[in-house]
Amino acid sequence: MTNTWQDIKNADVVLCMGDNAAEAHPCGFKWVIEAKIENQAKVIVVDPRFTRTASVADVYAPIRPGTDIAFLSGLIRFLLEKDAIQREYVRTYTNAGLIVREDFGFEEGLFTGYDEEHRSYDKTSWHYEVDEHGYAKVDDTWQHPRCVINLLRKHVDRYTPEMVSRICGTPQDKYLKICELIAGTAAPDKAMTNLFALGWTQHSVGSQNIRTMAMVQLLLGNIGISGGGMNALRGHSNIQGLTDVGLMSNLMPGYLTLPSDAETTFERYMRSRQYKPLRPGQTSYLQNYRKFFVSFQKAVYGDAAQADNDWAYDWLPKLDNDGYDILRAFEMMAKGKINGYICQGFNPLQSFPDRGKSRRALGKLKFLVVMDPLDTETSRFWQDFGPQNPSDPAQIQTEVFQLPTTCFAEEKGSLVNSARWMQWHWKAADGPGEARSDIWIMTGIFHRLREMYRKEGGAFPDPILNLTWNYTDPTAPDPEELAKDMNGYTFVDLKDESGAVVLHAGQLLDSFGQLRDDGTTSSGCWIYTGCYTEKGNQMARRDASDPREQGLAPNWAWAWPANRRIMYNRASADPAGKPWNPAKPLIQWNGSRWVGIDVPDYGLTTKPSDGVGPFINNTEGLGRLFALDLMAEGPFPEHYEPFESPVPNVLHPKVQSNPAARVFADDRAAFGTASDFPYVATTYRLTEHFHFWTKHARINAILQPEEFIEIGEVLAKEKGIEQGGWVRLTSKRGEVVCKAYVTKRIRPMTVNGGPTHVIGVPIHWGFTGQTRKGYGANTLTPSVGDANSETPEFKAFLVNVEKISPPVAEKAANV
Amino acid sequence: MDLRRRGFIQLTGAGLAASTLGAIGFGSSGDALAAAVRPFKLTATKETRNTCTYCAVACGILVYSAGDRAKNARSNIIHIEGDPDHPVNRGTLCPKGSALLDVVHAPTRLKQPKYRAPGSSEFKVVSWDFALERIARLMKQDRDANFVARTAAGATVNRWLTTGMLAASASSTETSYLTWKVVRSMGMLVFDNQARV
Ligand code: SF4
Repeated sequence: MTNTWQDIKNADVVLCMGDNAAEAHPCGFKWVIEAKIENQAKVIVVDPRFTRTASVADVYAPIRPGTDIAFLSGLIRFLLEKDAIQREYVRTYTNAGLIVREDFGFEEGLFTGYDEEHRSYDKTSWHYEVDEHGYAKVDDTWQHPRCVINLLRKHVDRYTPEMVSRICGTPQDKYLKICELIAGTAAPDKAMTNLFALGWTQHSVGSQNIRTMAMVQLLLGNIGISGGGMNALRGHSNIQGLTDVGLMSNLMPGYLTLPSDAETTFERYMRSRQYKPLRPGQTSYLQNYRKFFVSFQKAVYGDAAQADNDWAYDWLPKLDNDGYDILRAFEMMAKGKINGYICQGFNPLQSFPDRGKSRRALGKLKFLVVMDPLDTETSRFWQDFGPQNPSDPAQIQTEVFQLPTTCFAEEKGSLVNSARWMQWHWKAADGPGEARSDIWIMTGIFHRLREMYRKEGGAFPDPILNLTWNYTDPTAPDPEELAKDMNGYTFVDLKDESGAVVLHAGQLLDSFGQLRDDGTTSSGCWIYTGCYTEKGNQMARRDASDPREQGLAPNWAWAWPANRRIMYNRASADPAGKPWNPAKPLIQWNGSRWVGIDVPDYGLTTKPSDGVGPFINNTEGLGRLFALDLMAEGPFPEHYEPFESPVPNVLHPKVQSNPAARVFADDRAAFGTASDFPYVATTYRLTEHFHFWTKHARINAILQPEEFIEIGEVLAKEKGIEQGGWVRLTSKRGEVVCKAYVTKRIRPMTVNGGPTHVIGVPIHWGFTGQTRKGYGANTLTPSVGDANSETPEFKAFLVNVEKISPPVAEKAANV
Repeated sequence: MDLRRRGFIQLTGAGLAASTLGAIGFGSSGDALAAAVRPFKLTATKETRNTCTYCAVACGILVYSAGDRAKNARSNIIHIEGDPDHPVNRGTLCPKGSALLDVVHAPTRLKQPKYRAPGSSEFKVVSWDFALERIARLMKQDRDANFVARTAAGATVNRWLTTGMLAASASSTETSYLTWKVVRSMGMLVFDNQARV
């Protein structure tokens, strides 16, 4: 989220698209209701199903799964055509006027530079035209035919209301009504917020779904302001934290990135991360990359990281590809290229696409370690559970460890919510039996391994032997000590400009501005610096006061970076520093500095007249309507069909699906076609459910005792399926046998002139826990991911459905 | 006071009858009501502030446990509710958060380390020492056999690709930092979290 949960109440329009917050994030959704009641906000819901979120919407429109880019590109076309954009914001805060290189182009579904063999682009032409200083050329009058806004106008011209309706199946009148409501927020004092979640990310074009909406928000001047923003609701309680700390193949803490093979030296690594401003005078935090990196290496390797060994740069593993994401990992596993796997609180057998493939892959491991509070399906993949998990254990040679861990109530530490708040929690009891914390278990494995290396030697032991471990209890480091490590320390006295000592050697740092690149500071995660200072644990703060009741609660817990609550808040004020919306200001220029209720996302004393752009993470300081080379499939979003789609891509039949998405050969062979699998399926969770955990909780299991699918009345009638009757749902990859819930909430749509039926497949069930045994929706889903993030395409795939008589076991149970 | 099941039912039964009488105008039943009212079950518990483990709304919760945290007492969590001071949820919880107690005490909570040998059709209870020692040994064997210090072209890469890890998305940030340190010090690159699924 760029904004906070409570800030949603400041919105004039709330667009829910790609989420179902009323059911999946209920206690956050109450702020949407608050906006509706207290701020007369209009709520718009665009979703294939009439959800509970839709039931409180002012306007609801159905959409075929996987066509959001077409919908939103049409919206951009509408805004540009009606001139319903916040002109001054767009002119000064976005790259609308920057001129793009002459050799850039788009034709028949492909941008310039496509390499079919590698399914990737040479992105050289996806760039601005630059002058002799390397600065991007600008035409603020927007006359130049190749300035971004004109190229965008041309790009979206194909997305007429007729075309949108033809692709998305959304009735035109509904679509136009939504466009008009949204256009109203182009006024400088009006705000629209956008809420999205996995409904946008779990597509082969997931990242571009989000980008298209970000472009809409930039055109409307809705980023950086109260009641605006791009708000990813996020799933798991600490997924933000785990991503911040870099628990992803290519990441280091604080969004630093691991080196690649080509970066053979530290200087080469730094050169490719050097900040090169694309506009005169532009500044950015990323200018300080070297300070963040060196301070990190000091935190992790202490005295072993020195200037003369390039701060132990060589000890970091180097990547030979874009990253070993989950889809690649299971592909490698299926091919026998991975021997050991550790699952910490994670249940891939139910979570990853194509469950049959996952089961086969796990069976090729030499060892599998599962650390979890619960008895997960993954830890029992080898066991025979009948049709829900057929297996012959005698054939599976994997050694499996099932390690009991404590849960949230049995540990202390911080979790980072979707609004980037780090909230501290405390331990209420010990775990059951011999359950131990993840910290204790990871430490136990590490210490044993380190001892083995110390005694026996082995492959490159240096980083293992030199890892810092100065904890009071080395067998189970206290979370407070780990939090302090992440915050960081100074090793020398730190002085201010007047020479006065602000921090003594050995003290905790106050902000990342104090980090140095000479080895005299440490910080395990620079964006967290300030979370645990000499003043104490800032994450444990519990002052809920809220200036002007504007939804910031700045003294509750601590938000990274620097306790800032609204990202890009410089854009909440006009170029002269006056708030666009005087009723809800965030920060403003008082003649000598930036002041307000939030921590400025800008230099505190940077004058408005200095012309520094408000988006200080970007090299031109501007919000990007043209993404340069940052996206895999193009600098503008384009509609590509899901990899399993019922219709041809009417815009460019030769380029049906995302041309830059990576597809493994075996996975491609497991894609089905509309002739065998004529219906579109989409997955989601129910309000009683959290993934595969709540089925272990008795009340939730009572509320939703068994697996089912949702099917519209028209299709049910066509197939002779009754309410509560048994069905077999099949995809090219597997089948699910369960009951059908026949509903009015899913209706057929007219797509490209023909009817399209959508079937809803709730996730949740499996073969452990308190519910009846189930298969799991991922038995059906295809193994292909978004071209940028490799998020699997769970939200749009093809199935067939047929009525069946109850399975034998069920018949017996009912006698 | 005897608060076993029987006494409990008697008390609540009396409470019900008394309040019904009070409601229809028998004012003097107030004394009986006061005498019969059952003790508030949370008064003797310890309150701990925590966060819902499920979604990233991250609702504040209050966890109540019995047991005074004396050295030999084992705390037992008996009730969980929304934290009214929390600026986002303001005391509310959704159907997931309201049932947190049931996941803390789920019958399928794991209580002992278990091990399944190759080809076996069952888990066997093992000691922590056995499990951690064996895991460390398997990891070392695999790392020593497959660690890539340099590429064919001679570039230092120090990576280990044949063992991978998925990290927990409900564990604390501090746990994840420690996990990062351990995993990367070994050179592991097949490393991911649950951001996508
Ligand atoms: S109570 Fe519900 S809305 Fe709140 S954090 Fe838990 S799952 Fe999310």
